[in-house]
Amino acid sequence: MSVSSVFPQLEQLLPRVSKPIQYVGGELGAVVKDWDDTVVRWALMYPDAYEVGLPNQGVQILYEVLNEQPDVLAERSYAIWPDLEALMKEHGVPQFTVDAHRPVKAFDVFGISFATELGYTNLLSALDLAQIPLNSADRTVEHPIVLAGGHASFNPEPIADFIDAAVLGDGEEAVLEITGIIRDWKAEGCPGGRDELLLRLARTESIYVPRFYDVDYLDDGRIQRVVPNRPDVPFRVAKRTTMDLDAWPYPKKPLVPLAETVHERYAVEIFRGCTRGCRFCQAGMITRPVRERSITTVGQMVREGLEFSGFNEVGLLSLSSADHSEIGDMCSGLAQQYADENVSLSLPSTRVDAFNIDLAQELSRNGRRTGLTFAPEGGSERIRKVINKMVTEEDLIRTVVTAYGNGWRQVKLYFMCGLPTETDEDVLEIAHMAHEVIRAGREAAGTKDIRCTVSIGGFVPKPHTPFQWAPMERPEVIDARLKMLKNEINSDRSLGRAIGFRYHDGEPSLIEGLLSRGDRRIGQVIRRVWEKGGRFDGWSEHFSYSRWVEACDEVLPQFGVDLDWFTVREREEQEVLPWDHLDSGLDKDWLWQDWQDSVGEFEQDDCRWTPCFDCGVCPSMDTEIQIGPTGKKLLPLTPVNNLRVPA
Amino acid sequence: MQRIRLRYAKRGPLRFTSHRDFARAFERALRRARVPIAFSQGFTPHPKISYASAAPTGVGSEAEYLEIGLQAVTDPDQLRLALDAALSPGLDILDAVVAGEGSLADRIDASYWRIELPDVEPALASKAVTAFLDSPEVLVERMTKQGRRSFDARGAVVRCTAVGEADLPSGAMGVPCAIIDLVVRQVQPAVRPDDVLSGLRVVAGLEPPVPPRVTRLAQGTLTAQGEIVDPLDTDRGDVGIGGR
Repeated sequence: MSVSSVFPQLEQLLPRVSKPIQYVGGELGAVVKDWDDTVVRWALMYPDAYEVGLPNQGVQILYEVLNEQPDVLAERSYAIWPDLEALMKEHGVPQFTVDAHRPVKAFDVFGISFATELGYTNLLSALDLAQIPLNSADRTVEHPIVLAGGHASFNPEPIADFIDAAVLGDGEEAVLEITGIIRDWKAEGCPGGRDELLLRLARTESIYVPRFYDVDYLDDGRIQRVVPNRPDVPFRVAKRTTMDLDAWPYPKKPLVPLAETVHERYAVEIFRGCTRGCRFCQAGMITRPVRERSITTVGQMVREGLEFSGFNEVGLLSLSSADHSEIGDMCSGLAQQYADENVSLSLPSTRVDAFNIDLAQELSRNGRRTGLTFAPEGGSERIRKVINKMVTEEDLIRTVVTAYGNGWRQVKLYFMCGLPTETDEDVLEIAHMAHEVIRAGREAAGTKDIRCTVSIGGFVPKPHTPFQWAPMERPEVIDARLKMLKNEINSDRSLGRAIGFRYHDGEPSLIEGLLSRGDRRIGQVIRRVWEKGGRFDGWSEHFSYSRWVEACDEVLPQFGVDLDWFTVREREEQEVLPWDHLDSGLDKDWLWQDWQDSVGEFEQDDCRWTPCFDCGVCPSMDTEIQIGPTGKKLLPLTPVNNLRVPA
Repeated sequence: MQRIRLRYAKRGPLRFTSHRDFARAFERALRRARVPIAFSQGFTPHPKISYASAAPTGVGSEAEYLEIGLQAVTDPDQLRLALDAALSPGLDILDAVVAGEGSLADRIDASYWRIELPDVEPALASKAVTAFLDSPEVLVERMTKQGRRSFDARGAVVRCTAVGEADLPSGAMGVPCAIIDLVVRQVQPAVRPDDVLSGLRVVAGLEPPVPPRVTRLAQGTLTAQGEIVDPLDTDRGDVGIGGR
């Protein structure tokens, strides 16, 4: 059964919507295969607008890994803006892939990568447009397996009703294993239908199928237990870890969009995982252990990636890029290789020390020193101990002053507000720090013409972190603190003028908190919000706090809980958390101890340079830290001057 | 510095590429194809590229033009092949010639457009076109950066014909499709195909049930005979039919 393109119908609608190019595909690196030549077919979705979703590394990697298999087809889909959504509903055009404009419903798997929980309403829009039943229970063998991945899938309980399965952790090998299971099941003639396929997936012990687990609740609303409802699935589902990143050098052929997107660069992950141990950071906790990609693989990926894409910017990505054991040689090697090619290199890094400046100097050899970003995260020394962000104020001032002294004119400082145990004083310290930065910076730069931007994000406690038990602060308190901080920054007019202040309101963070630590009962809230028109909740112009509050008020009383119960309530040690049956490798006792240490303001060192602190990941996942240095260097490239003409 | 002029097409789905989108894609294509592009001087060097008037987003084109400056002498045919391969299919480089005297912009004063109107009876389109041409002036409105403004869509139209039914390629499954061929002079404010369509609505109430499909087939110098001469002909040393 071949599947035809919906483009002829879609084409009639495109002149009537904004930025139609985002629905057209045609990217370099895109793959279009014959439907009938393939056996297992994946539709991969990033549940946000194309401009945000296209650059997503996870989707690009899986897209390429899957399409390298001759009998596998992978295409991509993104969230549809409300203008086109309305027209598609009116004209019966279904959710489509941008590659060959095939209906998502025709694929075997509909895989959605959730970087953030605020994409949940967009999942419902996509299912609805795809004409796939919203509830997993209503789907038949005709429908794709709806599969969640990405960091949010470490607690997929709020969307448990809507997805068929979730994969925790790295996807490279998981997608191939799932493909194999589907290939075999189809070859056998789809025995046992959808249930049998889901069972085969669940039996891998690393694919979570929510329907095979029941949740029991206590009278006070807490969870009593989450247990399998059949004997042949595991009690706990483990995350995936791809070891040896040199063996998985993706993306090799990055997607190069025609539409403008948020990142226009060749991005290469230089390592995965982080053991800095920042207690708020879910990414750092769930991606352990640290696995470095070697300098030579990075060099080769950059060379081939730039040649393929024509990008003139390279991003060296990781959770803390300056921590790579070969970062110095990597930066100077790349800077040398691309010195004459108008290629800019960036190192999104958050470490606050002088070494960082050395690297930045290296990367900005060609003279462009626009801005540097540092993330002290907490304003006071005390709160930085609470979150385990080990940097002293002296370090910070010294680092920033070095930056100004070396020609940078703009420094951005990133903080969080609403952290556990936070007081007004902790937040007001941010103003003090910013004033000090400008005062010392002016002296070092010898000019008044320097700027500092203070950017504040709302803290959201996440599953599988030491803060998973922590109470959130109420939005009113956050907003009041931010107002106080703003006044304090401007209390000195000369210094205040040089300081920019950017922040987010407390309300979206509270809802993100609800979705992050929610359980299956939150599914009905998400559905209600979506029915009331909730879409694109990550966009402030689309997000409506009152819509979420109303939906909570309508749905949650029947369960004896409310929005506060999920957000501002502190959890006790013995409470069963909604994600306890999902195994990130982190030992719950260790997490609890780290939470206690946090409140006691004890810091925790990085296990790359000090002995193992028993977080539990390496032994339970049978993994190990993989770091260099390899001792290798990047060699100068031989310039190629001839035109590249196709043979 | 060598200057080369290119003609390119925006085809099929990629007609939804905006001019800015094309410009980004083209700069990447220069790098992919290793074209020795020249850069402007200064703190942030820019590649030397200048564009002739670009077709609106959503309108296909067989005749877009640009000029690039090169650091090294490059064979135009090789350049055309290299750049065409470096761009997505649908953004196609059709022609490349070494620039001669004079500027590209000076050689472009009119465009030839084809408007396809699916589900519109050719006879109806023909009647509307006649009414349009018979009017000395047809005022239409369009949103511009300065707000809504009203202007004449008739004066700039040199030629407008509805292709007769007999000339039509038989429409798929008997669905009618009117085709209008249009030659419009470049004026200020610009009169675009959609303005002429607005004009057809104003004079004859022509309301296409589905969005029309518009393609620029040529742009260049308008001859006394109302033909359009490819602006690259002069660079090639050709003398086009009716050329200067």
